[in-house]
Amino acid sequence: METKTVRFGEKLVTTKEFLAEGHSFCIGCGEALAIRLAMKALGENVIMAMATGCDEVTTTPLPYTSWRIPWMHTLFENTAAEISGIEAGLKILVKKGRMPERDLICVAMGGDGATSDIGIQALSGAFERGHDFIYICLDNEAYMNTGIQRSSATPYGASTTTAPAGKFSMGQVTRKKNMAAIAAAHDIPYVATACPSYRFDLMKKVRKGAELKGPAYIHILSPCPTGWRYRSDLAIEIGQLAVQTGIFPLYEIEYGRYRLNADPPKLKPIEEYLKLQGRYRHLTGEQIQRIQEMVNEDYAKLKEKVAASPL
Amino acid sequence: MADELTWKDLEVGNIITEAGNGSFRKTGDWRTERPILDKEKCIKCALCWIYCPDAAIKPSEEGYYEADLYYCKGCGICASICPAGAIKMIAEEEK
Repeated sequence: METKTVRFGEKLVTTKEFLAEGHSFCIGCGEALAIRLAMKALGENVIMAMATGCDEVTTTPLPYTSWRIPWMHTLFENTAAEISGIEAGLKILVKKGRMPERDLICVAMGGDGATSDIGIQALSGAFERGHDFIYICLDNEAYMNTGIQRSSATPYGASTTTAPAGKFSMGQVTRKKNMAAIAAAHDIPYVATACPSYRFDLMKKVRKGAELKGPAYIHILSPCPTGWRYRSDLAIEIGQLAVQTGIFPLYEIEYGRYRLNADPPKLKPIEEYLKLQGRYRHLTGEQIQRIQEMVNEDYAKLKEKVAASPL
Repeated sequence: MADELTWKDLEVGNIITEAGNGSFRKTGDWRTERPILDKEKCIKCALCWIYCPDAAIKPSEEGYYEADLYYCKGCGICASICPAGAIKMIAEEEK
């Protein structure tokens, strides 16, 4: 079959959609966009295991599926375990001559709940065993599918249904778990953060993670209009602001070498990012100042690591 | 459709044998606003195509990128990122 592409300067992007149209993601979902772009980068030689979450319930209402690749639903806790088994199984099938050797990419996808809360044990095990797979975490910063309950990836100050803002509480009072740093602590070949607003950066990182031998972890910030409470046409702008204000820096760690992919000369004030979202509406000036300090601190730490890495 | 199906119609192991068979689902009827493309302003940069979360924008033979209203949910991302201001959102009931 002839493959058509769309040209962006020197880059060619396929017009094939591996996540079929007609899925029931919310209107203006950043996660749907992230998956669509990631799949374009991965191509069709893929086997995927996907944890429960928004991405699973919206794409596969039995007996229909929106996936045009081999896809398997798993539970929250065992996505990484399942992809480990698939990878090991493929290896042994090839070794026994039951299957010709071919370049198949094993992909696991999960939300922030499946990755940083429930599935972290299996994921850590899979990293440690060194299976050749790529794990993509689609981080929308709460359990959006079941109704915006807080997860460990919910950032400081955000209001959710189980950490609501009100007279006695300012919403989430703990800090966001740094999942990319946890993945990096396993000394795996490739860890990266990405955001669909930076489309080519995301596709490049997914491709790189798939091509490298060994485990790769990509953490993708996926703006969620429903849970973050912003207008449905703002997903791209919010993603850009997350990077430009420094609350979600884009970086990659390749064999222990840190590299910043988007390094604005001067970070925008965090208020620009917060004020667009209803989940931060209750914050006072003092609390915003506190968030600004946290962002500055984390960003400075990251820059130190980048500066300490050899080029 | 769904109401005619019973468990007996499902494959063993809940396997779905046809890839992408969910694409018949019409998500276009969720829409309250729809995008209108002004072809004179369009610079064919394809930004709307790559940023559409629903893959509803398709390249046409003339090189423009137009929304397929069967799938378009009317989020307005295409209108908000269009660098030439060629896409406008209008209310669904407007002609």
